[in-house]
Amino acid sequence: MTQLTFARAINSGLRKSLDNDPKVVLMGEDIGTLGGVFRVTDGLQKDFGKHRVIDTPLAESGIVGTAVGLAYRGYRPVVEIQFDGFVYSAFDQVVSQLAKMHYRTRGAVKMPITIRIPYGGGIGSPEHHSESPEAYFTHTAGLRVITPASPQDAHTMIQQAISCDDPVIFFEPKRRYHDKGEVDESLDPNAAPPMGQARVVADGRDVTLVAYGPLVKTARDAATAAADEGVSVEVIDLRSLAPVDFATVEASVRKTGRLVITHEAGQSGGLGAEVAASITERCFYHLEAAPVRITGFDVPYPYSKVEMHHLPNLDRILDGVDRALGRPNSLSGLEG
Amino acid sequence: MVTDDAGQGGTAAGRDNKTGHQGGAGHSMVQLITPAGERVSHPEYDPWVRDVSDEQLCSLYEDLVVIRRIDKEATALQRQGELGLWPPLLGQEASQVGSVRALRDDDFIFPSYRENGVAYCRGVDLADILRVWRGAASGGWDPYAVNMAIPQIVIGAQTLHATGYAMGIQNDGADSAAIVYFGDGATSKGDVNEAMVFAASYQVPLVFFCQNNHWAISEPVRLQSHTHLAERGTGFGMPSMRVDGNDVLAVMAATRVALDRARRGGGPTFIEAVTYRMGPHTTADDPTRYRDANELEDWAAKDPIGRVRALLDRKGLFTEEFESSVRNKADSVASELRSGCVGMPDPEPLDVFKHVYSTPNSWLDRQQDHYSRYLASFGDPAGATTEEGAR
Repeated sequence: MTQLTFARAINSGLRKSLDNDPKVVLMGEDIGTLGGVFRVTDGLQKDFGKHRVIDTPLAESGIVGTAVGLAYRGYRPVVEIQFDGFVYSAFDQVVSQLAKMHYRTRGAVKMPITIRIPYGGGIGSPEHHSESPEAYFTHTAGLRVITPASPQDAHTMIQQAISCDDPVIFFEPKRRYHDKGEVDESLDPNAAPPMGQARVVADGRDVTLVAYGPLVKTARDAATAAADEGVSVEVIDLRSLAPVDFATVEASVRKTGRLVITHEAGQSGGLGAEVAASITERCFYHLEAAPVRITGFDVPYPYSKVEMHHLPNLDRILDGVDRALGRPNSLSGLEG
Repeated sequence: MVTDDAGQGGTAAGRDNKTGHQGGAGHSMVQLITPAGERVSHPEYDPWVRDVSDEQLCSLYEDLVVIRRIDKEATALQRQGELGLWPPLLGQEASQVGSVRALRDDDFIFPSYRENGVAYCRGVDLADILRVWRGAASGGWDPYAVNMAIPQIVIGAQTLHATGYAMGIQNDGADSAAIVYFGDGATSKGDVNEAMVFAASYQVPLVFFCQNNHWAISEPVRLQSHTHLAERGTGFGMPSMRVDGNDVLAVMAATRVALDRARRGGGPTFIEAVTYRMGPHTTADDPTRYRDANELEDWAAKDPIGRVRALLDRKGLFTEEFESSVRNKADSVASELRSGCVGMPDPEPLDVFKHVYSTPNSWLDRQQDHYSRYLASFGDPAGATTEEGAR
């Protein structure tokens, strides 16, 4: 076991994938000489060469579109989009080309492409640098969408994504890049929990709290705080956003009877809505209260001086837990 | 021979700014067969088609005629309700035949949706050419069986795929090349411009083959560009050629030049094949609403098939026997096309779920399971798929 930051854990996973498969190539703006703006690809071009770690022109559609062509040729490209808000320039290539090529060719052409996107807020950036665009991609058939919440998961899930024959959108919670954790670099990704599987990261009996990516840490902190008040919160890290491992969430809700979902993205049409609806369908008679969503607001990502109001924090999540439990909360007295 | 637009017969698109002259004197147009069927010499391009024998010229003619016949038959099939849509290539036969016939089998083709003549020459099964347009699949054929990607509907998106594929060729150290087809309208798209940036930066073995057919649905090429489209390639640092797209030999020569450059590590080339879409954009539109009949007449005089026929006639090759053999070939292809179309089995209901992912997906598996139970509840699964349902 080694202590690694989130960013180094991904770097180490990328290195192993480059080592293991000569068809793996990395592509993106500034990922070579500079090592990426977050240094996630630091040192990889030096060790693997310019044809394996490719500095590209500044053109997101170009990066994803050429990766599609490389996959056509049998490569396994790993693409970096520098920031969440820049992926929109590549939207057609992601949702109409990459996602559908396997379907369109009736399975003849595989698209084993991983798109790495640093996402989420909380780092005081200007606009376009703090977005949570996951719902656009979870809504698109043909894509897998995953997001790790710990250095160990970051290390193994990036390798699993690269070896997956389907396109994978790999969202990296950028405000966790510098968090450290124990990483077993010798862990065989095939022996690790599959990337599509959710994980119970804190056991509890009163409320199920579902989170992913940057908010898993916040959710765990909220569970610890709730325990001080005698409330037992079970925290689930979804890990996979498409498909969501509903079986794990369902098993938890059948036990607790209450569901709170939290994410940074805006509420309407977000992943929280999908989790709430699907879990309601699956275990309506086990629910003691309506599912609660604690999310970002339906606003453009706000400027950094007020972003803390937009981002779900420990207290907002605890308020949501109170709502699920029917305890006094900020909305007490409101009907519906 | 080198001509300007006027030399090609005074095109409506070549007179002045009002009627659509695209400026830029940098690229004169390469022509080896005049509209009257006269073989004219060109010191630079002649050597690239010197090996084309009389027999091969006859074979090129046959391809042109067969492709026109395919187009006509498919248009008829659409009118008869057998196809949902068809994008005619009438008038563009020489651009497609001349370019695809310059390729090796291991070169990879990325088409738009109008390259049905290219697909025919590449050996794609006739029914597979129609499969997409009949609505029986999103893609008609296995790209690796013929080294040709399936039709691309989103304008210009395939230029990036071709560039990436060519990056792969380059990485593999192979001496094959890729070619990408797109139209004049596509040159306005971001993806095409990004593709040219990437291709030129990495010097990949790729031919950008732009069929300037003068119309992007109802929008004339002058709305896309105030220069000859070949100038676009030059702007990205790519050697560029402007070629008479209705001249099968000139197109073949230009494509061979570009492919040779690609194989030798010389990077990408941009070819503007100046041609004309004689029909509608697709069977869904009406060109009489946006096009002047005189323009059509001008271009009819430069027909790609008529001029090869005239050349063969001059050479004494256009015999009755040859003419009838070509006609028979076209008849049999058309008949095979029609039977392949009407005899195509409909996909099965649960086919909608196939190939979305290459590995299991729990969401989709559940939906498929639920829908198959629903179908089974009728006893006769086919009965549940009629428009009215089975209730």
